[in-house]
Amino acid sequence: MWEYSEKVKDHFLNPRNVGVIDDADGIGEVGSLACGDALKLTFKLGENRRIKDAKFQTFGCASAIASSSALTEIIKGLSLREAEKITNEDIVKYLGDLPKEKMHCSVLGRDALEQAIANYRGETEKKVEGEIVCECFGVTDLEIERAIKENNLSTIEDVTDYVKAGGGCGNCHERIQEIIDSMHGKEPRAKRKSERLTNIKKIKLIEETLDREIKPALKKDGGDIELIDVDGNIVLVKLRGTCATCSASQVTLKNYVETKLRELVTSELVVEEVQ
Amino acid sequence: MNVIYVDNNATTMVAPEVLDEMLPYFNEFYGNPSSMHTFGGNVGRKIREAREKVAIILGAAPEEIVFTSCGTESDSTAIRAAVLSNPDKKHIITTRVEHPAVKNLCEYFSKNGFRVTFVPVDRKGRLDIDYLYENLTDDTAIVSIMWANNESGTIFPIEELSKTVKEREIVFHTDAVQTIGKIPIDVSKTGVDMLSLSGHKLHGPKGIGVLYIRKGTKFSPFIIGGHQEGGRRGGTENVASIIGIGKAFELAKEHLVKENTRVKNLRDKLETEILKRIPNTIINGDPENRLPNTTNISFEYVEGESILLMMDEFGICASSGSACTSGSLEPSHVLRAMGVPFTAAHGSIRFSLSIYNTEEEIDFIIEKLPPIIERLREMSPFWDESKMTG
Repeated sequence: MWEYSEKVKDHFLNPRNVGVIDDADGIGEVGSLACGDALKLTFKLGENRRIKDAKFQTFGCASAIASSSALTEIIKGLSLREAEKITNEDIVKYLGDLPKEKMHCSVLGRDALEQAIANYRGETEKKVEGEIVCECFGVTDLEIERAIKENNLSTIEDVTDYVKAGGGCGNCHERIQEIIDSMHGKEPRAKRKSERLTNIKKIKLIEETLDREIKPALKKDGGDIELIDVDGNIVLVKLRGTCATCSASQVTLKNYVETKLRELVTSELVVEEVQ
Repeated sequence: MNVIYVDNNATTMVAPEVLDEMLPYFNEFYGNPSSMHTFGGNVGRKIREAREKVAIILGAAPEEIVFTSCGTESDSTAIRAAVLSNPDKKHIITTRVEHPAVKNLCEYFSKNGFRVTFVPVDRKGRLDIDYLYENLTDDTAIVSIMWANNESGTIFPIEELSKTVKEREIVFHTDAVQTIGKIPIDVSKTGVDMLSLSGHKLHGPKGIGVLYIRKGTKFSPFIIGGHQEGGRRGGTENVASIIGIGKAFELAKEHLVKENTRVKNLRDKLETEILKRIPNTIINGDPENRLPNTTNISFEYVEGESILLMMDEFGICASSGSACTSGSLEPSHVLRAMGVPFTAAHGSIRFSLSIYNTEEEIDFIIEKLPPIIERLREMSPFWDESKMTG
């Protein structure tokens, strides 16, 4: 027996906005019969392009129905800008709470909303991005990473509760653990996103990293480093203090400074010394 | 609100007669049956009587009965005993539809140096008997096959199977937890070496089980301790519950006919009316060979937990093989093994009746269920689609 909040029970037994809007502006369909839950969300825009009406159809358990009902109530009256900021946590909050094992129901709601908005904007249906990690439920590494990041998940069980990955045969548990580790450790996967850094952001991040991470370490040995310029992905620096005369300075530059910058800024960086 | 309890394969009400027998053994006759004094000795006598009652319902001898703490302990004891007393054999045969008590133990063995064959079932849950026979080898330590399935109610031909397996001198164990009291069992007419039972599935208390061990079967205790149960299961006896299970099985023997007439008729009425009143429903299980109290029905395009919770609003208690009810994400392994399509597996409901159910209760369910299914289908995106595609 699940411990459902009164609000979940209410939205399950008296769901709001059941149905389909025939001339909908946006349609989002997620989930499948095989997965055990599915949601079809339709919305209609009104004045000022705010969501005037939203309806849902859901196949699933009580919390899936309640999450869908809550979602339609939440988004009514919102502009699309506002609606696209709705997270699964907003749905959970609206319902009071959801049992941990049922969090994926709120994620389903968020996913349907995203799809419906994309559908309205005429964006072609989102391709499956990333690589499939969980074969049983067809969950990709990017979806898992997102759930970990947004909900601060730390165990395989958490990941299963939120996005179902790992809830079937269990063969992907090792891979999920790797993803969790990399997200919580040095976040090497964040690099991919930083490719979109603008020049100014990149330079700022390099400066910060130098100041916060690298300079203090060098100063311990009486050395220092100065940023001269950033040309594309080439970081031009000048070594100071003891570093300037140290025979191992090239090793420091490549093995330490460049590694650190690649890790924390972007993997494309090359560090060169200005003579 | 009245409770309408049709979840008797999960557990049952303790019969009033059973409770009456048990109560004095908590604070009136609380002696240890192993003691030398009369106060304890009298308790020992009651345990002997209980053992005899259990033996009678099985067609066994009292010394072949060992009391355990539950059906799971009986299953674990039986399979471990067979494995331990046949150290040179590294193969186990079981089915794909066993209760977790057997399934998960066998999976454990398969990860620890054993080869395990899981015999498949067909769409009605019937066992692939040829597959079983083809896989018997000289390396097989034990064959463990449930007598009847708890979810579908499908009964396996244990008399026939156990005899054939016996001819190969392989230990045969059966989990008869759901079967006892519902169909006649006479171990003397089978090749069964070990058989597991539980008290709470048949109006006895929870926390008590039975393991039948045929005389001459090589055995090794799971719980090693005192001399209790002839050295086959250590630990001071769960006196009140042993007396309770004895009484429960005595009653069960008397009620066997009622289970197969009155209870069966109620089950049939429930099933027939549901099929008649609700479209797109499927019976899971073998109507020809099924426990008289069980029906497992799939309502296509809706999800089981939602059905259960809506029935709960009317006090109706049943079970589902859907993913959501178990906390796991996949529907029951039994329905999957039977190849029940996903459209139906998630929306499966098991009704399991008992002699305490009345016709009024069944009529109440028949009245309340159709609008629940209709309402959930109205909410389901797949119901629309299924109507469109015909």
